[in-house]
Amino acid sequence: MTKTYVNRAPQDTRGTWLTYAALVVVLLFSAFPVYWMFVISTSTDEAVAQIPPSILPGGEFWTNANEVFTLNEVFFAASLINSVIVSSVITLATLFFCSLAGFAFAKLRFRGRNALMVVVVLTLTVPSQLGIVALYIVMGKLGWNGTLLAVIAPGLVSAFGVFYMRQFIAHAVPDELVESARIDGALNMRVYWNIVLPAIRPALAVLGLLTFVMAWNDFQWPLIQLNGTDFPTSMVALSDLASGNYVIYRRVLAGAFIATVPLIVLLLIGGRQIVRGIMEGAVKS
Amino acid sequence: MSLTELRPASHRPAPPPKKVKTRSWLYRFDNKTIPYVFISPFFILFGIFGVFPLVFNGIVAVRNWRLDDPTLTGWAGFANFERLLSDEDFWNALGNTFGIFILSTVPQLLLALIIANLLNRKLRGNTFWRIGILLPYLTPVVASTLVFAIFFARDNGMANWFLSLVGFGEETPLDWRAQKWSAWIAIATMVNWKWIGYNALLYLSAMQAIPKDVYEAAAVDGAGAWRQLWRITVPMIQPVVVFTVILSTIGGLQLFNEPMMFDENPQSASGGSAHQFQTIAQLIYKVGWKDLDLGYAAAMSWALFLIILIVAGVNTLLTRRIGGDR
Repeated sequence: MTKTYVNRAPQDTRGTWLTYAALVVVLLFSAFPVYWMFVISTSTDEAVAQIPPSILPGGEFWTNANEVFTLNEVFFAASLINSVIVSSVITLATLFFCSLAGFAFAKLRFRGRNALMVVVVLTLTVPSQLGIVALYIVMGKLGWNGTLLAVIAPGLVSAFGVFYMRQFIAHAVPDELVESARIDGALNMRVYWNIVLPAIRPALAVLGLLTFVMAWNDFQWPLIQLNGTDFPTSMVALSDLASGNYVIYRRVLAGAFIATVPLIVLLLIGGRQIVRGIMEGAVKS
Repeated sequence: MSLTELRPASHRPAPPPKKVKTRSWLYRFDNKTIPYVFISPFFILFGIFGVFPLVFNGIVAVRNWRLDDPTLTGWAGFANFERLLSDEDFWNALGNTFGIFILSTVPQLLLALIIANLLNRKLRGNTFWRIGILLPYLTPVVASTLVFAIFFARDNGMANWFLSLVGFGEETPLDWRAQKWSAWIAIATMVNWKWIGYNALLYLSAMQAIPKDVYEAAAVDGAGAWRQLWRITVPMIQPVVVFTVILSTIGGLQLFNEPMMFDENPQSASGGSAHQFQTIAQLIYKVGWKDLDLGYAAAMSWALFLIILIVAGVNTLLTRRIGGDR
C-alpha cells in the first residue's frame, strides 16, 4: 500500500515496518481475550468492576481457582478429568481407525474401493450436528443417554481423518516398501504397524492435535447429554458456573482459564504442526 | 510394479506348491478380507452415529415424539412443518441467525484475506505470526464468550468504556444484550474473532501456490499491491474462497455456543429476554430438551438443513461470479 508499484510477487516482497505494525495489532486482537480471561481470574470483585478497567493481573488467582474447585454444586475437578477422558479417547480412536482406513484406501486393492472413497468424501459435507435429535434417540435406545459413552461414541471416527490419512499415506509410504514387506510374508496388520505407523507420525500429530482441540471445545452435544448430571465435561460445567442471577465473574473466568490452559500448552508444543495441518486444508468443526 | 499382481487371481491354480495350506488360506484372507476389516470401523461408527441419525431425523420430524409423554408417538404427517410456518419464534430465530451470519461472515473473510496477504510477504519469524493468529481457534468458545460477555457488559464493560471515551452513551450506557442490532454485533464480533486467523491460514496456503511470474507480468503492466490483491490473488485462490464461504455458511447457520454463553442465563437457551439473539440451533435445543418436543425439534433441524443447502448453493454461485468466473 505504501509503494505504488511492486515489481515482485508478494511472496518475494519483504515486509515493511507497516506490515509488522499491522501484524502486531492482529496479534494483540487475537491474544487479548485470553489475556483478559487471565487478568479477571486473578482479580478481586472490586477490580473486575473498576473503571477504567485494570489490565494488569492481580494476585488472587489461587483464591479464585480454589473457589472453583471447592464448589459443591459444580464438580469442576471431576469435569476436567471427564474432559481429559473424552478428548483422549476420541483422539486415540480417531487416530487408530482413520489411519487404518486411510492405509487400506491408499495402499490396498479391493473391490469397491473407489466407490467407498467417494462415500467418505461425500460424508465430509454432512453437517452431523443437524442429526442431534435423532442421535439422542439412538443413544436412548442404546441406554447411553447421560453417560460419557454417548459423548464419546460419535467422535470416534471422522471422515476428514480418513481423507487426510489416505492422502498422507499415499505420498509418505512408498509402494515398494509395502510390497517388499508383503513378499517377505508380512500380513497387512504387520505392514500397518511396522511400516505405515512409523512413517506417518507427523500426520498423526497433526490430526491428533486438531481432534483433541475439537473434542475438548465441543459444547452442544455434551450439554445435551450431560447437563444436570453430576459429572459433565468442563465446558458444560463452565456454562453451569455462568448460569444464575448472580454470577461471580472472577470465579467463572478462573474456571474458564483453567479449562483453556491445556489447549494453550498444546499450541505452544504443537503450534507448528497445527498451523501446517490447517494450511493443508483442515475442516472447520 | 503394482499390487494387483500380488493378488492371487481366482483363475490361477490356487496354492503355489511350496506353501503350506493353512498359510495360503491366511494370505488369501489377508488380501481379500482384511482391507474391508480395516475400513469397517469407520463405516460402522459413522453409519450409526453420523449418517443414520441424519436420515432418521426425517422420520422423527413427521412423528409425534415427546420426551415427557412416551405414549404419544405416531404419525404426525406434516403437522410439525405446518406448525413451523406459523411459529413466530422460528422466524425470529431465522432472522437473528441470518443477521449474525452476515455480520460475521463478510468481515471475517475480508479481514482473513488482508491478513493472509500480510503473511504472504517475506517475514521474520513467520511461524510465530501464524501460531499467534491461531490462538482464538484453540480457545474454547465457552470460555472466550464469557470474556466477551464481560467486555460487552452494560455497567463497567470495556466496550462501553471505549464508547464513553469518544463521548457516546456516557449518561445511559448501551445495554448490548437489549437490542437486536447491538446483540448481533457483539455476537458477530466473537465469531469473527474466533475464525479470522483460521481462514487467513487457509488463504495463505493457497496464495503461496500462486506462480510468481503472474505477478511479474502484472507489475510490468503497472498494477499496484492493492490491485494485484484483487485482480490476481483473489481470483487465483478462488476455490479456497468458495470453500471458506461454504464452511462459514454451514458453521454460521448452526451458530450455538456464542449466543448461548452470551445470555445472562446460559441454561435457559432463550437468547435474551425477548429472544433478540436466539439462533435456530439454540431454538432447536430449547424445543427439544427444554420443551421436550423432539418431533418438532427434528422438523426444525430439517428445515435448517434445507436452508443451509440453499444458502450454501447461492453463496457458491455468488462467490464464483464475484471471483471473476465468466
